[in-house]
Amino acid sequence: MMPALLEVEDLRVEFPTRRGLLTALDGISFAIDPGEVLGVVGESGAGKSMTGAAIIGLLEPPGRIAAGQVRLAGRRIDTLPYEEMRKIRGREIGAIFQDPLTTLNPLYRIGDQLIETMQTHLGVNAAEARRRAIEWLELVGIPAAAQRVDSYPHEFSGGMRQRVVIALALCAEPKLIVADEPTTALDVSIQAQVITLLKRLAREKGTAMMLVTHDMGVIAEAADRVAVMYAGRIAEIGPVREVVRHPKHPYSVGLMASIPPLDRRVERLAQIEGAMPRLSAIPPGCPFNPRCPYAFGRCRTERPELLETGATRAACWLYDAASERHVAGARAHG
Amino acid sequence: MFAFIISRILQALPVMLVVALISFAMFAYVGDPVSIMLGQDYTEAQRAALVAELGLDQPFFVQFARFVGNALQGEFGLSYRLSRPVAQLIAERAPATLELAFCAAALALLVGVPMGVYTGLYRNAWLSRFFLTFSLIGVSLPTFLIGILLILVFSVWLGWLPSFGRGDVVDLGWWSTGLLTWSGIKALILPSITLGLFQLTLIMRLVRAEMLEVLRTDYIKFARARGLPNRAVHFGHALKNTLVPVITIAGLQLGGIIAFAIVTETVFQWPGMGLLFIQSVGAADIPVMAAYLLLIALVFVTINLIVDLLYYAVDPRIRSGFGAARGGH
Repeated sequence: MMPALLEVEDLRVEFPTRRGLLTALDGISFAIDPGEVLGVVGESGAGKSMTGAAIIGLLEPPGRIAAGQVRLAGRRIDTLPYEEMRKIRGREIGAIFQDPLTTLNPLYRIGDQLIETMQTHLGVNAAEARRRAIEWLELVGIPAAAQRVDSYPHEFSGGMRQRVVIALALCAEPKLIVADEPTTALDVSIQAQVITLLKRLAREKGTAMMLVTHDMGVIAEAADRVAVMYAGRIAEIGPVREVVRHPKHPYSVGLMASIPPLDRRVERLAQIEGAMPRLSAIPPGCPFNPRCPYAFGRCRTERPELLETGATRAACWLYDAASERHVAGARAHG
Repeated sequence: MFAFIISRILQALPVMLVVALISFAMFAYVGDPVSIMLGQDYTEAQRAALVAELGLDQPFFVQFARFVGNALQGEFGLSYRLSRPVAQLIAERAPATLELAFCAAALALLVGVPMGVYTGLYRNAWLSRFFLTFSLIGVSLPTFLIGILLILVFSVWLGWLPSFGRGDVVDLGWWSTGLLTWSGIKALILPSITLGLFQLTLIMRLVRAEMLEVLRTDYIKFARARGLPNRAVHFGHALKNTLVPVITIAGLQLGGIIAFAIVTETVFQWPGMGLLFIQSVGAADIPVMAAYLLLIALVFVTINLIVDLLYYAVDPRIRSGFGAARGGH
């Protein structure tokens, strides 16, 4: 078996604030294999983006990794000094951000932004970097790349800018891309194009990807496996087909039920009662227990770890053989 | 580009005309030049002759048109006080003021910008706190007090630097400079600090605030995520994006430094235009005051034009915005 490219183990991110310590991420563990696309879904504030920021070592202060490890190809990277980590960013882990309108520096030609990235990481000369910049722009589908290389970001549309951002993230040929909501800020008609492009390039270059989104359509389209996050924890993780069709965790069940079906009209979309708890008020036990229709005694006191459910792993006591309501798990299939 | 400059110059013309009108109005409303020039004893015939010679019996618009026409040729008449051509007086004094102003501005920019970048990047370092405290002094102490304190410390107590004048000056024919002699440079130090300190602290605080703002933007995060070295992120991507507001303020401040060097020139007995202006005000020397006013307006208008051109150079969005406004590229 190939060793995992990225391993995240028991990651915990804390924010010291005036009103006390907030735990934004707790006990996050997952792995991404070379070339694999892991989707990360969840509501706003579930900690999806923060997981990405923690992996590339760019948490906003005062946030910090308080426990756990991040390993890239077996090498621990969460404790590296800034300068060492800088050489990994861009070169080994690329990043794509949400809003292409604000991600590109407005005062730099897009070609220059590509060239400086490649010169930083690949040690190529200016002429070679420029040649490759044009090649990359062609690769991401910018028409007349040889002329457009000298344009400024404001001369591009949002979708075109996101293509440039993708070129920037990939141009030093990293092994892993952390894509944080890469299509959220785009027009619906452009979203599919950008996802298709991203998926194709990742496959061609053998790049693994952590695809953060709240759009289940994007996940179903592009991801191999998916992690469902809730209140800073992973609720369920497994192959996309399984999680979408046969979710095990009651939160995943609710999430999938709230996707509008395409083949028939529904009067009202299903929704999960209540709201995700704030970081300062995460309940003891399972964070989902106040909203969970299957919650029982143990859920309110003891925090579930990820447990095997068959095809997926879910952080839910329904799947622990030692729980008094273990059998109830069958009902969660809905 | 060329059309941009032309349109800017056309916009500046009304400003200059209004200032010219105000300067011209001074002749009519501040004192009576004829009685000033004639002195105590004169006859009515002498008076009428002088009025006719000066053209004061002609209609207002004719007088104003002649004033503007003369001004365009650098002709501002004779100083009442010194009985010498005003243009010549100003030409003698301008190098001193301009040299002082540019030294002060260079000091403010070359020290203020790096300090602003540093305090923006390392918000909590003790040196940043020290700079910020120090900048409060620069902002709150009046110029004349800073000048006098500097004289007290460096001239009186330590005896290192001269307390007044320009030192030895080299005459280049059309320009007299103090930058070529050791005593000239020494004489420039204290007045430059006095004049530039306020601007220095202002620019530092502005750069700091802009840096804090820019460092929070997505493109800076993305630049970091691409693994660019800190030097490139801070001094390339971040600093360049702070430049537009900094250029605006620095430009206006440079105009201010030239126009209002009066206090500093008075404290240090600096033989510049400010000192000339103050002495002219004391003597109600209208031609000098009018010319000075016009000259300062010209300085501001020119600096504004340069600032606009710098925007144009720095920010590509302004370039294309201008192109689009005129039918596009």
